[in-house]
Amino acid sequence: MTHIVVDPVTRIEGHLRIEAEVDGGRVTDAWSSATMFRGIELILKGRDPRDAWAFTQRICGVCTTVHAIASIRAVENAIGAQPPQNARLLRNLIMAYQCVQDHVIHFYHLHALDWVDVVSALSADPAKTSALAESISDWPLSGTKYFAGVKGRLKTFVERGQLGPFANAYWGHPAYLLPPEANLMAVAHYLEALDWQRDVIRAHAILGGKNPHLQSFLVGGMATPIDLDRQASINDGSIEELRQLAAKAKDFVSKVYIPDLLAVASFYKAWAGVGGGVGNYLVYGDYPEDDGPNPPLFLPSGVLRNKDLSKVEKFDAAKITEHVKHSWYDYSSGDDKGIHPSQGETKPNYTGPTPPYEKLDGTAKYSWLKAPRYDGLPMEVGPLSRMLVAYASGHTRVKELVGDVLKKLGVGPEALFSTLGRVAARGIETLLLTEKIEGWIDQLAVNMHRRQLKIHDNSKWEPSTWPKEAMGVGFHEAPRGALGHWVHIVDGAIANYQCVVPSTWNAGPRDAQGRRGPYEEALLNTPVADPTKPIEILRTIHSFDPCIACGVHVVDARRNLLAKVRAV
Amino acid sequence: MRKPGSWFETELEQRGVSRREFVEFCGVMATALALPKVFGARIAEAVLKAEKPVIVWLEFQDCAGNTESFLRATKPTVADIVLDVLSVDYHETIMAAAGHQAEDVLAKTVKEKKGAYLAVVEGSIPTGANGAYCTIGGRSALQIAREVCGGAAATIAVGTCATFGGLPAASPNPTGALGVADAVPGLKNLVNLSACPMNPENLTALVVHYLTFKDLPALDGYRRPLFAYGKSIHDNCERRAHFDAGQYVEAWGDDGHRTGYCLYKMGCKGPVTFQNCPVVRWNDGTSWPIGCGHPCIGCAEPDFWDKMTPFYRHLPTIPGFRLGTPVDKVGLWASAGVAAAFATHGLISLVQRARTGSVKDEHIPPPPPEDEPEKPGSPEKGASS
Repeated sequence: MTHIVVDPVTRIEGHLRIEAEVDGGRVTDAWSSATMFRGIELILKGRDPRDAWAFTQRICGVCTTVHAIASIRAVENAIGAQPPQNARLLRNLIMAYQCVQDHVIHFYHLHALDWVDVVSALSADPAKTSALAESISDWPLSGTKYFAGVKGRLKTFVERGQLGPFANAYWGHPAYLLPPEANLMAVAHYLEALDWQRDVIRAHAILGGKNPHLQSFLVGGMATPIDLDRQASINDGSIEELRQLAAKAKDFVSKVYIPDLLAVASFYKAWAGVGGGVGNYLVYGDYPEDDGPNPPLFLPSGVLRNKDLSKVEKFDAAKITEHVKHSWYDYSSGDDKGIHPSQGETKPNYTGPTPPYEKLDGTAKYSWLKAPRYDGLPMEVGPLSRMLVAYASGHTRVKELVGDVLKKLGVGPEALFSTLGRVAARGIETLLLTEKIEGWIDQLAVNMHRRQLKIHDNSKWEPSTWPKEAMGVGFHEAPRGALGHWVHIVDGAIANYQCVVPSTWNAGPRDAQGRRGPYEEALLNTPVADPTKPIEILRTIHSFDPCIACGVHVVDARRNLLAKVRAV
Repeated sequence: MRKPGSWFETELEQRGVSRREFVEFCGVMATALALPKVFGARIAEAVLKAEKPVIVWLEFQDCAGNTESFLRATKPTVADIVLDVLSVDYHETIMAAAGHQAEDVLAKTVKEKKGAYLAVVEGSIPTGANGAYCTIGGRSALQIAREVCGGAAATIAVGTCATFGGLPAASPNPTGALGVADAVPGLKNLVNLSACPMNPENLTALVVHYLTFKDLPALDGYRRPLFAYGKSIHDNCERRAHFDAGQYVEAWGDDGHRTGYCLYKMGCKGPVTFQNCPVVRWNDGTSWPIGCGHPCIGCAEPDFWDKMTPFYRHLPTIPGFRLGTPVDKVGLWASAGVAAAFATHGLISLVQRARTGSVKDEHIPPPPPEDEPEKPGSPEKGASS
């Protein structure tokens, strides 16, 4: 039995530590620990709810839009503001560009190096690489000279002896299975994707002034005026630029990302049998297709249990609880029971070892993440959950795309419940959204031509128009999964605020009943060839796309507290 | 031994960048740094000859927003190269190695390149709970920062969390979060690039300056480079003429909002925020927050989460504001945060003039004097370079 510690888990957002027991070349137990805490919800108490989006947005700079969206939705839900159609379209666009860009970065820059051996690429034959690239895609950058250039650049880089971010990794590990040519192709696309993401996300600068941390959100709408003829608004020129960026996104995703994903996956099909995890999937649903309460959603909500695709349960927010039995917090009613987010409370209480430390005690509290449960069960959230729920709900396009990928890989739907399934689902979702963006741009343009320019519900802007006390919830499907914000407003100020976040669902520790969280469960039985180089653990953990800063939060639900907006 | 600079020229060639384009880029950088154009050649020479400098990028109580911002550096395109040719030996978000192998890289760099590497710090450093609010590899952020920044040639704090404590340090600062300057006092060669996140073009310019002159640029009282933080947002704002003409956005989406009127009444903190946002803009110069219709929230200033909030409450009367609209419920805001910001930049006299006789009436400054320092219609330098 070997005890492995991976800390820092790199190529993620935030600070994650994985401890695992390995016996007979397999993981027999695992503990997921978040090692950073900021206390943002405590900081929100007493503040103007209209400011909350900017605070919560800073929970994460990678998925930089998601907490802003969830926050304005929660406050709107509480005070009864109704964002106009244009605001819905602008938000859908912002969310979709975010998801597409984020997924591509994840595949190439955060996950690829678990599957792609950069050093092996040095022995690739550029001509054969070109033949490989041209056999899977008509992407124009595929000539022998091009790949020879990339190889040369890589060679110079390696020979200089300063490997920078590629230093001291697991190169040459027997778990790397790609031929040198596939490795070279992937390295070339790693570099192309760096340029691509910079360019595509300019859509966020058009829609939000800058990225990261867009600055155009408003409770009740958006701050980005639209007017075809005005230079200071989203105008004819911006619409055209948004279209071009959407086309560029779709082009790269369909001609580079998806073909690469299929090519890489075909060498790693064994990973369709690894990393299954808890087998329960939760989706809040998103991308409203209409205005008003309870609109139809492009990505439907639902719950799946025990990998059963025959039955999609209706999502019920009342069934969410959070546990702290193994988290560095205390509940006043004791740690043996979960609490609903709207009733949540927090007392951070660090009981772990004093740093520097070597090992955490998995039988005690061991993470800054809480353990959310749905109907008492751990749930996986994210692209896989969304694609599974959409697939099981009969979403036409999702069924087509999933069927297509399964066919190309020669595997059945059961392969989806795995590490590889997560990777594939993320790609499918990216393609799905790139196909959708243009329609929302068109709708926005049509409204502009009709001079329907409203971007904000001004009727509920002033706190004097709000009820004395209000509760609200805002749901969002972030790139990494189901996100919910709960807000309690009293006398125009935040009395309580809580976020239940995708990476809390996925990366959370054990609950009061001792049930493992999704990361921990997914690691069971993962093969580990060399415990000193546990690349296999990284593959499964990275397949969830961890975003740990998001997951760590506090709640404080002294519900009767009548906090005032601070005067200073 | 290879000839100095040869690797860089090879990089340029492989990137399809001509030497002429590179020298042009250096000219642009010289301008960004507010240096005479003639320095372009000197920068080019220095960068071409430089050995690949080693960067260690630490993340503590952060959101990776500055890392993401760093990945967006685009302008000019060749700026990528300058960043690319840094040897980023440790950066958790992008590095291939993990766990002990990542820690080994850090330990090796700190030992073997002592006094020669650049440390970049993102995120605040918590001092509560014996450091348990942020640990990496079992060590606290503070332990790591002391060791790594202490052995660096220079430390660059990126983003407002690393510079001033930022969001985690906002009231009531539950984790005892501090910026680098306060957490590791006495660091030599510390530069702060505040803002949320920092603008990547400013990091590029700072690094180019460092490579060229082997020294830090001129800094303000908060250790921020004057080339980027020397003027207020308001002074460089493209909507400044509307402010001077008394044309304001009154409601979200109204005609003034669509036309690009001044956002002062909607809460804009541009007059008390010092950064080059309006000039450099964001994402390859595509836009910036005010440009897209939202007020500045003052993210480059210390304690902005406390002093600039509520974000949608407008500033008290400031120099140049002529409407005479009574501004009530202002509180202590102006006397604390605003005055500090102005003072740092040698503009205290303006504030003092504005505040004369105002102490009794709830800190509401009187209308500005006749002799305004800014004339309508005379845009400040820098906007067109």
